[in-house]
Amino acid sequence: MPISIDSEEATEALAARVREATRRRHSLKIIGANSKAFLGRRTSGRPLDLSGHRGVIAYEPSELVITARSGTRIDAIERLLAKHDQKLAFEPPNFGGGGTLGGMVAAGLSGPSRPFVGAVRDFVLGVTVMDGRGRSLRFGGTVFKNVAGFDAFRLMSGAMGCLGVLLDVSLRVTPRPRQQRTLAFNEDWPRAQGRLTSLLGRPLPVTGAFHDGARLYLRLSGTERAVAHAASTLGGDKAALKIWNELRHMRHPFFAAPRLWRLSVPRTRSVDGLAGDWLIDWAGAQRWLVTPAPDGAVRDAARAAGGHATLFHGVVDGEDAFEPLSPPLMALHQRLKAALDPAGVFNRGRMYEGL
Amino acid sequence: MLGEFDPRLDARFDAYDRETLTARLRTVLPADGLLSAPEALRVYECDGLAAYRSLPGLVALPRTTEEVREVLMACKAMGVPVVARGAGTGLSGGALPFPGCVLLSLSRLAAILAIDPDARTARVQPGVRNLAVSEAAGPFGLFYAPDPSSQAACSIGGNVAENAGGVHCLKYGLTVNNIAALEVVTLDGEILHLGGEALDAPGFDLLALMTGSEGLLGVITEVTVRLLPQPAHARALLAAFAAVGDGGRAVAAIIADGVIPAGLEMMDNLAIVAAEQYCGAGYPTDAAAILLCELDGEEADVASELARVADICRAAGASDVRLARDEAERQRFWAGRKAAFPAMGRMAPDYYCIDGTIPRARLPEVLDEIARLSISHGLPVANVFHAGDGNLHPLILYDARREGELDRAEGLGGAILELCVRAGGTITGEHGVGREKINQMCVQFSPQEIDAFAAIKAAFDPSGLLNPGKAIPTLARCAEFGAMHVHRGAVAFAHLDRL
Repeated sequence: MPISIDSEEATEALAARVREATRRRHSLKIIGANSKAFLGRRTSGRPLDLSGHRGVIAYEPSELVITARSGTRIDAIERLLAKHDQKLAFEPPNFGGGGTLGGMVAAGLSGPSRPFVGAVRDFVLGVTVMDGRGRSLRFGGTVFKNVAGFDAFRLMSGAMGCLGVLLDVSLRVTPRPRQQRTLAFNEDWPRAQGRLTSLLGRPLPVTGAFHDGARLYLRLSGTERAVAHAASTLGGDKAALKIWNELRHMRHPFFAAPRLWRLSVPRTRSVDGLAGDWLIDWAGAQRWLVTPAPDGAVRDAARAAGGHATLFHGVVDGEDAFEPLSPPLMALHQRLKAALDPAGVFNRGRMYEGL
Repeated sequence: MLGEFDPRLDARFDAYDRETLTARLRTVLPADGLLSAPEALRVYECDGLAAYRSLPGLVALPRTTEEVREVLMACKAMGVPVVARGAGTGLSGGALPFPGCVLLSLSRLAAILAIDPDARTARVQPGVRNLAVSEAAGPFGLFYAPDPSSQAACSIGGNVAENAGGVHCLKYGLTVNNIAALEVVTLDGEILHLGGEALDAPGFDLLALMTGSEGLLGVITEVTVRLLPQPAHARALLAAFAAVGDGGRAVAAIIADGVIPAGLEMMDNLAIVAAEQYCGAGYPTDAAAILLCELDGEEADVASELARVADICRAAGASDVRLARDEAERQRFWAGRKAAFPAMGRMAPDYYCIDGTIPRARLPEVLDEIARLSISHGLPVANVFHAGDGNLHPLILYDARREGELDRAEGLGGAILELCVRAGGTITGEHGVGREKINQMCVQFSPQEIDAFAAIKAAFDPSGLLNPGKAIPTLARCAEFGAMHVHRGAVAFAHLDRL
C-alpha cells in the first residue's frame, strides 16, 4: 500500500513500522516509482512504498527554492518550475517518466549539465528524513547559505536510501536559460577531448559536451547574446536540442544494452585496454561502456584512469554494482549507517553487502 | 559566558600527564614544532572571535600528514582533546582551544602541490591561503571562486572545515560546491581519501559531510579544489534607496527576472556612512540602503543584463542608479563594501559580527525587527549583507570596557539569530557555529536532530576528543539553555496544504 503522510497519525504509523522493523531487524525496501530498481545490488525486503506521499509544500520563485514531499513526481515538479521559467539545473534522469523526488535524491544521478552546473547534491538544501528509530529529522533548510550542523542532507544524495526514509526535500532551483543551442563537430574522441580541454579553460557558456562515437556535441546555454557570441567563436554545425533529453533520460539506443557500465573518470584522462562500444558524456567525465571484458578488467581500467566503475544495468543476484570501498572506508560507512539506522533496516545491501 | 567551557555541559576529560605527552610529541615533531612556553601558547588563545579566550596545553606544528597522524594517535592514546587550527581568522570561535588541549596548527602544511590547468584543479595543503590559490591559478586564466572576506589571510583547510562562502556564492557556490577531493586523518590515525579527480566517488558523499564539519570529524591534510575560467568581463552597479524595504524588493525582483549576479550586496545607512568616512567610496550617505550588483561574463552580454538590473532597481523605487564607468569606479564601489568591517572599528571600540541567513522575501520585516532589538538592547546595529542569498551580517557596536556591554552584545546577537530561525532561516550562513552559536543550535534543531548529529560525530570520533564543545551542543547544554520548547513540531510542514 502506498503511504501518504499528511497527518501526525500517518507519520506516527510510518514511524511505528520503522521501529517494528528495527526491533525485529527486518529489512525495508524503500520504493518511490520503482523506476530505478535496476540500480545497485539485488536485495529483498519488505516494500515501503512512498509514492503516495506527494505534493509540493512550498514554492516561491523569487527564493529559487522548492520544497516537496518525497513521492512527488519529478515531471510534476519540472512542469511547475517551467511555468515560472525555472528548472532543475542538474537535469535528473527520469526513467519511464514516473520517477519521484525521493528516488532522485537517493540515487543521486544527474544529467548532461552535471560537469558545468553541479550534481543533485549541490542543489539539495534540506531534507526531512526518518531514521531507524522512527524519528523525523530535518537537516539543512530552505536557504542556500547554511552551515549549521553537519551537512547530513547532502549525505542523503546518492546514499541509495541506506541512511533513512526521505520524507520531504528542499531544492535550489535556477532560472531557465533564455537561449540554448547545440553545435556538432565531426571528429573522433581523442580530437574531441583535445578540443574540450582547450575550450573548457575559457569562460564559455557550455552546459553539455557529449561524444557518440563519431561526433562531439556541445550545448550552449545563456542569454541570446552570450550564446550567439560563443557559437560564432566555436564554429561547428548546428544540431537539434532533443539529443540532450535522449541522453538525460537515457533513451538513446545505446542505453538499451543489457549489461551497461558507467565509468566515472577525470575527463582529461584516457581509459586504456577495454574493447567495446563507448558513449562519452560529461566532457569525458562519465563514460558509458558495453564490453565483453570481465568485470575485474573494467574496474581495474577505471581505477587506473583515476576513477571508478559502476555496473549500471544487468546486475545479477550476489553481484556488486558499485566500486568496492577500502576496508577503513567501508568500516566508516558501517559506523555511519549504524548511527542513523542501528539495526540496518533501510535498503540493506543495496549499496554494498554488509551495509 | 559562552567562551568558557563548562565541564558539566560540554565535555570532561581526565587530566593527562603533560610531561609524558610532551616527551612523546617531541619524538614525532621537529625541534621547533612543539610549543609549551606560556608566552608562546598565548598566541593561540583565540581566533577571529577575540572575545573568547582560553589557553591550550601544548601547540603542535606538524609539517607533514604523517606528523599530523602521529600527533593525533598520541592524543588519542592519552585521551587528550585536539583542536585543529588553520589561519585563525574564523569568526565563530571554532579554533578556540579547549582548556589544556593540544592545539594542532596546520600552518606549516602550506604548499601548493600541483596545478592542473587542463583538468582545472589545484592540489594544495590546508595551510595555503585562499587568495594564494587564485594567484597561482591566474597565469592559466583560472581562479578559485569562494572568496570569504578574509581571503588574503584565511587558509583553505579552514575554508573546508567551515564550508566558507563569500561575495560570489550566489553564482559560483560555497566551498562544498568547489572542491573535488580531501585527504583527512582520523583520530585513529587512519588516512582517508574522500572524493577524487572524477566528478563523483563510490559510497556515501563523505566529501560533503566533511565540508563544514568544523574540525569535529577529522583533520584535513590536503585539498583538491576546482578552478574556474576567469570571466571575460565584470561590471558593477550601485543603486540607492530611500527605504530599506525598496532595496529588498529590488533584490527579489532581480532574482525573479532570471538574472544571477556574480555579487549582490546591500548596506544600510549606518554601514554606508561608516564606509564612506573610512575610505571615500563615493556612496550616497543620505540613502537608507544601497545595493551593489556585479555581473560578469561576455562584455556585450554584461552590458545588456546590467541595463535590465538598472531598470528593475528604478522600478523598485531606487532614487539613484549608477553604473561604474570603468574598472577604477567598479573597484571603488567594492572598496566601501570590503571596508565595512574595519570601518566599524572607527564607529565604536568593539563590534560583534552576526551571521544569519533568511529567505530573501523576509528581508524588510527582519530588518525592522533587528532595528527594534537594537533599541531594546541599547546598542547600535549596522547591517551589511550578501543580499542575493539572504545572508545577513548585522554588526553590533559596543564597548567591552563598559560593564555589561559584551554580555548585552551577546544577548542581542543571540536574539537576532533566533529571529533568523523564526523567519525560516538559519543561525549561520557562512561563519560556522563554533563556540559562539552553540546555544542557538538548540533553537534551530530538535533534541532528536542534535542526538543524530552526535551519533554521526561518534561514527568518526567515538572518544569525542576532536574539537569538543563546538558546533554540536550536548543535550545537557540544550537543557540548561532551556531552548528546547522553542523548536517546531516533530514533522516540518506536515499539515500544510498541497499546491
